[in-house]
Amino acid sequence: MTEIAQNSGAVMAPEVLRVQGLTVSVRSEAGDSPLVQDLSFSLRRGETLAIAGESGSGKSITSLAIMGLLPPPAVRVTAGSVHLGATELTSLPEAQMRSLRGARIAMIFQEPMTSLNPVLTVGAQLTEAIRAHTGASRAEARVQALAALQAVRLSQPERRLQQYPHELSGGMRQRVMIAMALALRPEVLIADEPTTALDVTVQREVLDLLRDLQRDLGTAIILITHDMGVVAEMADRVIVMKSGRAVEEASTAQIFSAPREVYTQDLLAAVPRMGAGKPRDAVGSEVIASLRDVVVRFPLKGGMLGRTTAQVHAVEQVSFDIRRGETFALVGESGCGKSTIAKAMVGLVPHQGRIEIAGQALEGLDRAGTKALRRRVQMVFQDPMAALDPRMTVGDLIAEPLVIHGIGSAVEQRAQAADLMARVGLTADQLDRYPHEFSGGQRQRICIARALALQPDLIIADESVSALDVSVQARVLDLLQALQREFGIAFLFISHDMAVVENISDRVAVMYLGQIVEMGSRAQVFGNPQHAYTRRLIEAVPVPDPSFVRTPAPRLAGEVPSPVHALGQGPVRAQLRDIGAGHLVAL
Amino acid sequence: MLGYVLRRLIQSALILLGVAFITFFLLFVLPADPVRQIAGRSATPETVENIRQQLGLDQPFLVQFGRYLGGLVQGDLGRSYLQKSEVSVLIASRLPATLLLMVAAIFCELLIGLSMGILAALRRDRFTDQALMMTSFVTVSAPQFVVSLLMLYVFAVKLGWFPIGGYGTFAHLVLPAITLGILGSGWYSRMMRSSMIDVMRTDYIRTARAKGLSRTRVVLGHALPNAILPIIAMIGIDIGVFMGGIVVVESVFGWPGIGQLAWQAIQRIDIPIIMGVTLISAVAIVLGNLLADLIAPFIDPRIKLK
Repeated sequence: MTEIAQNSGAVMAPEVLRVQGLTVSVRSEAGDSPLVQDLSFSLRRGETLAIAGESGSGKSITSLAIMGLLPPPAVRVTAGSVHLGATELTSLPEAQMRSLRGARIAMIFQEPMTSLNPVLTVGAQLTEAIRAHTGASRAEARVQALAALQAVRLSQPERRLQQYPHELSGGMRQRVMIAMALALRPEVLIADEPTTALDVTVQREVLDLLRDLQRDLGTAIILITHDMGVVAEMADRVIVMKSGRAVEEASTAQIFSAPREVYTQDLLAAVPRMGAGKPRDAVGSEVIASLRDVVVRFPLKGGMLGRTTAQVHAVEQVSFDIRRGETFALVGESGCGKSTIAKAMVGLVPHQGRIEIAGQALEGLDRAGTKALRRRVQMVFQDPMAALDPRMTVGDLIAEPLVIHGIGSAVEQRAQAADLMARVGLTADQLDRYPHEFSGGQRQRICIARALALQPDLIIADESVSALDVSVQARVLDLLQALQREFGIAFLFISHDMAVVENISDRVAVMYLGQIVEMGSRAQVFGNPQHAYTRRLIEAVPVPDPSFVRTPAPRLAGEVPSPVHALGQGPVRAQLRDIGAGHLVAL
Repeated sequence: MLGYVLRRLIQSALILLGVAFITFFLLFVLPADPVRQIAGRSATPETVENIRQQLGLDQPFLVQFGRYLGGLVQGDLGRSYLQKSEVSVLIASRLPATLLLMVAAIFCELLIGLSMGILAALRRDRFTDQALMMTSFVTVSAPQFVVSLLMLYVFAVKLGWFPIGGYGTFAHLVLPAITLGILGSGWYSRMMRSSMIDVMRTDYIRTARAKGLSRTRVVLGHALPNAILPIIAMIGIDIGVFMGGIVVVESVFGWPGIGQLAWQAIQRIDIPIIMGVTLISAVAIVLGNLLADLIAPFIDPRIKLK
């Protein structure tokens, strides 16, 4: 331990937190089963310790155990100790623990959208935290709250105090959470996946902010994350956890350059890296899907009579082609319209312009025509648990598209479901099980099998691997590519993850506020990004390499402009220009 | 906001028109004859026919209904067949008593129901929770007249803490209000319990605890305002259920409200009074719902009235 501390900093900063032999168990009828086992580490002032691991590794339980927020009575600390300075936390009475929480040890969470109370103003939530620990008057607390909001570089801090959480964007809410956590200058800040739910450029801003605040305040940070890119950029030391145990602990440089354990090596190998994409087979020339000047707008009603007063310009004049066997990626941040395009392509939202699937126009089709067309396009969604009916067996789920389209007898349908299961790497004897009996990655395989049932020409994968752990993600991506080679399926791959897109796509379109701002082959867009927004997206991606030196950029706190325009008005249309070999860039 | 209220009031007028039509129709097809009630058993067929013509009850349904509506838009609820007095005067003389009882009873309902629900949610799956939910089940299933009589017997007759019946002082109000409160609290406690359990699981409650707030502050300051939202919508609906329950309770406690008036009118098929009380109840329900919808945005800023 001393050796590591010397590696990470020349001067030994004082130790603020020491965890020894921490064991957390869940009580069940079968007795206690451990969620975290014999975990030990220490944390020094100003240091960042990353706890990395995949889902179920016990990293979040560890943070809740330190905070004394484990869900009672089932989950509790059964052995070990946590020392904050000289105070032992696990045996501390609740009243004393409460006075430390938020004052000396604070926490920020993954979901900024749900972590703030929707019915209280930002100001009320900030000041009550301050007043609970300092006994400051309302006016004094307000002054401190204002200073805290300024420290997290939130624009118009006075106005923010009066606003409710739903009036702020995800990035702004996470800044409020950070302001709340750091307002009382705690010694330790636990950040549990603080940027996982945020867009990549917002993630960049929040990570920069955390680093700046840490430098100013000397806060020790425990960063809990599954993202090795974030680890590489933020942490001094790393603990890799698996199934409740620490697999490896080392300095960040050491973990990335010379991981000792096999699990760590596998984990790092599975991380998608920019520039690691393999060369891909040539794609066919047959156009499977063709979009011309597609526009999707949603009306906003208002006034006494509920007339349309404004429109959300979700998709504006989008045109592209997808060919047989091709993976076409749409990238962009939340709200850019990429999922709306997918919905328009299967006829789930009304559109203007022209969409053709396999030469057949989508416009003006009757019910039967739409149904027939849907056989050719299938979708795989982000959350496999939500996309599978929990009360149907996997066999019924996979055979359902065949039933709907009346293909084959019941026996044939079942035989085909068994085939498909085998095709996606599951076994036919699992057909009678229910979705909850499978892991997240297996569930996504079931969704893929279901999408394959109708032998579609095009599969739309809307953030299909975003919710999966990296090792699972890598295997699902391999499966998708193998299926593509075998069946010649075209993929429309919608993602916010630039590294994944870079690894698997043939062509890429970058979307911003409903419009395509850059489109071209993978090599063109990633190798020679021309549009400022594309560059910003690529540069914001955390690099899983601690030796990577980021060129200092100005700290941004910008907000994406609104796609809402008054009736009759609209956004400025981006004119795409070919700068050579089909590489289109908005002027 | 003003536009919203205006639109809702127009909707309400349509609802009331529907209620008036259905009630009037049901009374029209009722086999019992109001004229026989008025004339008495010994009356000759001529007298009966005379009275029928006087009251216009010999006319076709739509004519009768049209006449009634004509009076209604002028604020005329008609005259009672038997009490020889304007229905509006009868109702106006009794409405204050009912409104007083209603406000007091809803207060009791919420006080008992919400505190039971909160307590059960915080002690979930433990003895307190099970005991409270058992109690709420009993209050939901117990017949109104049984509970009313039991309360009357124990607290008025045996213990003599409160008057046996009547109207006038605060002491008269206590027993009927608490009885109605107990009867209505079961639904509220169950709903509050599940609402509270959901809210206590949310991320923002975890955030509040991570800030180091006291348990009281977490529960009352953060959880309650969120958990109470579905309850507020329920109060509006509850007024309807309440109007049904008040008939029995007013009769048992001798409370001179419109419930008692309605009870007497139904026994004697006094159509104008039945119509009047039904419409007044409908107005109360409609206004109660409107009020609940208007209160909600003050608690949850995300709710926008459209």
